[in-house]
Amino acid sequence: MTNFLIFLIVVLGIIAVAQVVRIFELSSSMKDEGYKNPSDKENRVQGQLSLAFMIFFILGCFYITIRYWDVLLPKSASDHGNDIDLLWNWSMGIIIAVFLLTQPILFYFAYKYRGRKEGKAVHFAHSNKLELIWTIVPAVVLAGLILYGIKTWSKVMNGDTEGALVVEVYSRQFDWTFRYAGEDNTLGYAHPSMIEGANILGVDMKDEFSSDDIVTTELHLPKDRPVILKFRSQDVIHSAYLPHFRVQMNTVPGMVTQFAFTPTVSTEEMREETGNPEFQYVLLCNKICGTAHYNMQRDVIVESDQDFESWMKEQSKLAEAEF
Amino acid sequence: MSMDHGHHHKETFISKYVFSMDHKMIAKQFLVTGMLMGIVGMMLSLFFRLQLAWPEQKFPILETFLGKWAEGGQMNPDFYLAAVTIHGTIMVFFVLTAGLSGTFSNLLIPLQIGARDMASGFINMLSYWFFFLSSLVMTISLFVETGPASAGWTVYPPLSALPQAIQGSGLGMTLWLVSMTLFIVSSLLGGLNYIVTVLNLRTKGMSMTRLPLTIWAFLVTAILGVLSFPVLLSAALLLVFDRSMGTSFYLSDIFIQGELLHYSGGSPVLYQHLFWFLGHPEVYIILLPALGITSEVIATSSRKPIFGYRAMVGSILAIAFLSFIVWGHHMFVTGMNPFLGSVFTFTTLLIAIPSAVKAFNYITTLWKGNIRFTPAMLFSIGLVSTFITGGLTGIILGDNALDINVHDTYFVVAHFHIVMGLSAIFGMFAGIYHWFPKMYGKMMNRNLGYAHFWLTIVSAYGVFFPMHFLGLAGLPRRYYTNTMFPMFDNLVEINELISLFAILGVVAQGLFLFNFFYSVWRGQKAPQNPWESNTLEWTTPVEHIHGNWPGEIPHVYRWAYDYSKPGADQDFIPQNVPLKAGEEDSH
Repeated sequence: MTNFLIFLIVVLGIIAVAQVVRIFELSSSMKDEGYKNPSDKENRVQGQLSLAFMIFFILGCFYITIRYWDVLLPKSASDHGNDIDLLWNWSMGIIIAVFLLTQPILFYFAYKYRGRKEGKAVHFAHSNKLELIWTIVPAVVLAGLILYGIKTWSKVMNGDTEGALVVEVYSRQFDWTFRYAGEDNTLGYAHPSMIEGANILGVDMKDEFSSDDIVTTELHLPKDRPVILKFRSQDVIHSAYLPHFRVQMNTVPGMVTQFAFTPTVSTEEMREETGNPEFQYVLLCNKICGTAHYNMQRDVIVESDQDFESWMKEQSKLAEAEF
Repeated sequence: MSMDHGHHHKETFISKYVFSMDHKMIAKQFLVTGMLMGIVGMMLSLFFRLQLAWPEQKFPILETFLGKWAEGGQMNPDFYLAAVTIHGTIMVFFVLTAGLSGTFSNLLIPLQIGARDMASGFINMLSYWFFFLSSLVMTISLFVETGPASAGWTVYPPLSALPQAIQGSGLGMTLWLVSMTLFIVSSLLGGLNYIVTVLNLRTKGMSMTRLPLTIWAFLVTAILGVLSFPVLLSAALLLVFDRSMGTSFYLSDIFIQGELLHYSGGSPVLYQHLFWFLGHPEVYIILLPALGITSEVIATSSRKPIFGYRAMVGSILAIAFLSFIVWGHHMFVTGMNPFLGSVFTFTTLLIAIPSAVKAFNYITTLWKGNIRFTPAMLFSIGLVSTFITGGLTGIILGDNALDINVHDTYFVVAHFHIVMGLSAIFGMFAGIYHWFPKMYGKMMNRNLGYAHFWLTIVSAYGVFFPMHFLGLAGLPRRYYTNTMFPMFDNLVEINELISLFAILGVVAQGLFLFNFFYSVWRGQKAPQNPWESNTLEWTTPVEHIHGNWPGEIPHVYRWAYDYSKPGADQDFIPQNVPLKAGEEDSH
C-alpha cells in the first residue's frame, strides 16, 4: 500500500513537471496575443475535471470509510456512552446525507453550466421562496438536534450516582495516581502544600476521612456500579480521557472537577467482543502537558464486584502506608 | 485631509516601496510577508508529518534544517510541540488573518468603494510595520536556545506560564507574547482604518446596499477584530504579569519539580474564557474575508448576480453576532457548569443556519450560469466544498454530549483544518489569482493555476478526510508519536497516507510560488478589466497611481452584480454605468 502510494505520487510529480515545462513552452510562444478568457475547450476540460473529481472524491470517501472502519472505537463500555452513541449515529446520518446531497450538486453544476462563447447566464438574483426553504429546513433539523443533544447532555451529566464509588484521579507530569475513598466513601482533604516524600497527593493525614483512603497506581472499577471520578492536578492542565467509556474531563490545578458514569462491560467481556485477547481499557492524557504528553497513560480494568473487592483488599490503607 | 497629496512629491524608493502609505503597496507588503510566513508554517507541518508517519525513521534532512532539535535525523518531542505550536500560530494569525484580511482589505476597500486611499495612510503604514515586526519577532523565537513557545497555539497556562513545565515556556514564550502584542496592535490599527474608510469614504451613489460582498465581509471582519483582539491583549498581559511579576491570575496551588509555588487563588479556566472570547470570533475573522472574496469571484465567473445578496449580507451579520456567544464550545470538558454547556450548544448549532444559507446561495449562483473556469473560480468552488464538509462536522463538535469523546482528538484537527484552514486558504488563493492583475499589472499563468488547484484540492482532502478516522479511533492531538499505545497500532497506515498527501500538497504549493514570482516578473500584461467584472477597481488604470483614479472618482449608479442582465448589450454592466432610460435598478 505505502509503496504503491509513493509510486503514485512520484508518477504524479513527474507528470506535473512535464506538463509545466510544456505549458511554458506553449505560453511563451503566444505571449503577445493579449490576455484571453478561458476558451470553450478549457472550460470543457475543467468542467469534466470537476465531474471526475466529484466521482473520485465521493468514491474515495466511501473507500476510506470502509477500509478504516475497523480502527473505530468498539461499542461503548458505559451506560451513558450508549446514549451518546445513539445521538452520534443520528447526527452522523444527517450530516452524511447533507454531504452526499450538496457535494455532488456543487461539482455537477460546475460541470453542467461550464461556459460557452455563445452561452448566456440566466439573470436570477433572488427568490424569497427558495431562501425561505433553506432557512427553515435547516432550522427545523437543527432545532431537533439541539433538543436531542441537550437532553442527552443532561442525562450524561445527571447520571445515577446512588451508591457510587468515589475515586480521585490525580494527574501530574507525566503519570496518573488514584485514590479510593475507602470504607467511609469520602476522600480526605488534600492540598499541594502537604505534598511530602511518598505522600505525593498531599493528603492531610489529620483529616478523619483520610486514614482509610487507598492510593494506587492502577485504576480498577467494578462492573455495573456507578463511579464518581474526582480529578485533581498538581502542575499543569491535563485531561483524563477514557475513550472506551466516552468519558473526558480536564484536570485543572487549583480546582476539583468530576465525571460520574457506570462501566457496563468488563475487560474480559470486551476482549471477547473485540476478539483481541490483549485488549485493555486505557486512560490517557488529552491536553498538551509537556514533553512526555504522548506517553501519559494507565490501563483501566473493569471487573466483577468480587474481583474488585479482593483487589481492594490487597491494597494498603493510607494510615498503614509508610511515608 | 488631501487625498491626492502624493501627486506633488517625487517618490523615493523608500517612500514608494518601504514606508509606503499607498494602500495598494501596503496590500502587496502584507501579501508577500504573509506568504513568507506561510512557507515557514508549511515547512513546519511537513516536518511533523514526517515524524508522525514514520516515527522510527531517521531523516537526515531534518537535522540539516533543525540542528540540535533533530539530532541523528529524528525530531525530539520538545521540538515537535514547538512545531505544532508555531505552525498553528503562524497559520491562524500571520497567514490567514494578516496575510488574507490585511492584503485584500487594503487592496480592495478603497478601490471597490471608490476612495483615493484609506482614511489614514499613515496608520495603515504603521499597521503593516507592526505586523512586520511581529513576524520578525516570531521568526526570531524559532532560534532561541530553549526553543520557541511549545504550549500549543492556544498557550494555556499553567503550561505556558512555567518554564519548569516545558522549556519552550521560557524565552520562546516571552517572544511569542511580544510578537502577539505587536500583532494585535497591527490588527487594531488596520481594523479601525478599514471601518472608518468603509463608513465614510464611499463614493457618490455607493450606498451600503450597493457594496460588493467583499466589502461587507471586510467591514464585519474589522468590527469583529476591533471588538475581540483587545480581549486577547488583556489575556496576554495578565499572562505576562503571572509569568514575570508574581501575580496569580491564572495560577493556583501548583507543585512542580519538587517545589511548591507561591501562586494562589487564580484560575487557569479564566484564561481559556478570555482566549476563546477572541478565539472564536477569530475563526470568522479568518473565514469571512474568504467568503467575501468567493462571493465576488463566483458571481463574476458565473456571469450571474450573486444569489440572494440581502440574505448573504444578513448571514454575514448573523454569523458575526453569533460568533461572540459561542466561545464556550471550546471548553465543554474543562469542568464548566453543565448548564452553561447547554447554552453554548444551543448558540453554536444556530450558526449552522446562516452558514447553510450561504452554502445554498453559492450553489444556486452556479445554477444556469455561464461559468468561466479561471483558477480563482476553481478555488472558490473548492472553498464552497470545504466549507460544507468542515461545517458539517461542526454540528458534531458543537453538540456538547458528542464533543466529550472527540474533544481534542484528531477529529477536531480534521474539522477545523477543513472548515477554517482550507476554506480560508482557498479563498486567499482565489483572491490572489483574481486580483493579481490589479496588484501587479500582469496575469498569472492559467494552466499552472489549474494544476495548482487540482493537486491542492486532492491533497487537501487526502490529508484531512482520513484524519477524521484517527479521531474516531480516540487518538489525541499533539502526540509526538502514537507508538506508546497498542490501541493505536492500527493507525500507522492512515498516518502514512496523510503524510504522503501532505508532501504532494507541499509540492503543489511550489507550483503556485513559481507561478506567482514568475508572473510578477514576466507574466503576460494584464488588460484593464480582464474578468469583465462590474466592480470599481477595474475602472482604475493598470499602472498604479497614487489616488487610484487619474481624474474624478467615478460615481456609482447600480449594485455590483448586474451580470447577464436582460436587455443589456454585454453580460456585465460596471457599477459606474448610469441606468439606461427605463432600466430597472435590479436590486
